[in-house]
Amino acid sequence: MRGRFGKWLVGGPPLLYLLVFFAAPSLIMVLASFRSPGEFGGLAPLQDADGNLDLTVESYTRFFTEPLYWQIFLKSFWYAIATTLICLVLAYPLASLIARSNRKHRDLLLLLVILPFWSNFLIRVYAWMIILGPNAAVARTVNGFLGLFGVEPVSLLFSSFAVLVCLVYVHLPFMVLPLYANLEKHDRTLLDAAQDLGAGAWQRFWRITFPLSLPGVYAGAALVFIPAFGIFAIPDILGGPDDSLIGNVIKQQFLETRDWPFGSVLSIVLTVLALGLAGFAAWIGKRSVARLAVGDA
Amino acid sequence: MPYNPGLVGNPCLRLMALLEIQNVTRRFGDFVAVDGVSLGIESGEFFTLLGPSGCGKTTLLRMIGGFDLPDGGRIVLDGEDMADKPPEARPVRTVFQSYALFPHMTVQGNVAFPLRMAKTPAAEAARKIDEALADVRLTGFNQRFPHELSGGQRQRVAIARALVTHPRVLLLDEPLAALDAKLREEMQLELINMQKEAGITFVYVTHDQTEALALSHRIAVMNGGRVEQVDAPEKLYSLPRTRFVADFIGTCNLLAGPVSRADGAGIAIEVADLGTVVVKSDARPALQSEGAVALRPEKVRLAAPGPAMPGENRFAGVVTGLLYHGDVTVYRVRTARGHEMEALLANSASGLARFFETGDAVELAWPADAGHFIDR
Repeated sequence: MRGRFGKWLVGGPPLLYLLVFFAAPSLIMVLASFRSPGEFGGLAPLQDADGNLDLTVESYTRFFTEPLYWQIFLKSFWYAIATTLICLVLAYPLASLIARSNRKHRDLLLLLVILPFWSNFLIRVYAWMIILGPNAAVARTVNGFLGLFGVEPVSLLFSSFAVLVCLVYVHLPFMVLPLYANLEKHDRTLLDAAQDLGAGAWQRFWRITFPLSLPGVYAGAALVFIPAFGIFAIPDILGGPDDSLIGNVIKQQFLETRDWPFGSVLSIVLTVLALGLAGFAAWIGKRSVARLAVGDA
Repeated sequence: MPYNPGLVGNPCLRLMALLEIQNVTRRFGDFVAVDGVSLGIESGEFFTLLGPSGCGKTTLLRMIGGFDLPDGGRIVLDGEDMADKPPEARPVRTVFQSYALFPHMTVQGNVAFPLRMAKTPAAEAARKIDEALADVRLTGFNQRFPHELSGGQRQRVAIARALVTHPRVLLLDEPLAALDAKLREEMQLELINMQKEAGITFVYVTHDQTEALALSHRIAVMNGGRVEQVDAPEKLYSLPRTRFVADFIGTCNLLAGPVSRADGAGIAIEVADLGTVVVKSDARPALQSEGAVALRPEKVRLAAPGPAMPGENRFAGVVTGLLYHGDVTVYRVRTARGHEMEALLANSASGLARFFETGDAVELAWPADAGHFIDR
């Protein structure tokens, strides 16, 4: 009896929190997706003048028949994939450097990795407006270089480039930390053994370190991909007119077009896709972890 | 070439050894881990580096493997200086204490790894893998992962992986330390057989003197970065050259003091709290120089006091303690002047569990040729 009570005491509050702030809103969103948009935005009354329930799949029909939204999903997917891959390429050497440093340097480097979290997300995104602005050193150098070949000056700001750079910047720590946590646990003797058995530096990385780090790669990829897939603030602030991603479209549906049912449909599709991909990553990760967790005696 | 003890140490026949360690030194800051060690290890030999932890044996092994570089001296394998060769380029393989099996690869994948690195053609590789697994009695385990194997099986995979490319030398770093006592003995016998069959030179590192004595053709006893003595196990045991070796290999009564007589009849040493001890020896130490007699407990005779005890050395004492081991009993005896000595009696002959009890008055005796004179 006491054991069960204790279990509820510990598990209850987070469960309640999730019910109120995650499950309930999701349910509301699902319900909203089957209703009609109101005349002045929001939702139409649940019952029409004749007292009939006003439930419809019209928003779903619209989504599945208008390729525009699929195209935006696809574009968001590619942005998220590119962000994930670039983060992986940048984070791997960094995580491996931290994992190999001595204790003192390691703590300092980890602190530097999480340091950006100490300032507000939007402020950091706005900072990129200054960094990439037309009068900043970066743009002047690039345009000066392009000028040598007679190329017209380009704008770094309000471009796909700016969006991608900032996406990578914001999500990099989410890739570094799980990778570091994985690499730090690696047994150095395995690399000695591989070298002893004739493996050069590249083979040691490709056949030993990398496969053993896959659980960390999957975890980092999921942590970067999912938020990057639904992001709207970065394209809003740094992107050009063509850089609207699915997050922007959803925001637009709710706040500007005020078509809540259609916004709900887009949100549901985004959630299902993100959860599906995260589940897939977790499944692959678990499969390789099961194989790697033991056998290190 | 099979190991031939007749060739070892014979100055006429002795060409260059397979593995020459020439005056090798390794320092870590102020600490000298390996201090001017020279060794010649012959082809087909089972050679052991034995010593307490921190004696430099593992550092020396790592330098042979190429994981560490000497600060001075040379390591020459098959007449070739290894100085510029990284581990992957040396015809040497290591069996690590933790086995270091790749956890994400099957047994087959692990054993295939060195063949893959050497770009061995597939058909030949498959044959060699089968052979290597058969040699360690793991045929049919190809598709298992390391975590599905017992400690002893992992050990054998590590050996198969190291031997599959037929290296010139196999380095083993305390490979049995992680196994329980019974399995360890079994693996010792298997190691001896594997080494004999493969004909590959084994360099084995251990701190366990019984293991070293059981396995090796020759043993180098190391202490403080230096080699104290290199000899066959039976010579190390019966003719230790230094007090350290006498003490480290088995148990030993070390009777030390100034030399009072040295002539054809033998050497006499004045042991402060015991008396005059006589030992047969060809050595001619200077009078009054410090010497010691190494005397194994099993060479000491123990009897109730009486007139008929034979042996040139004879001392009265009292049993202060005893350890019953089943097959033998170890007695600790304090002599009249206060020296503590150990004597060992076999229990098999009489069927008695104990000959003496604590507090019994006894007499210790041993002939002059029972001990061994040590001048260092």
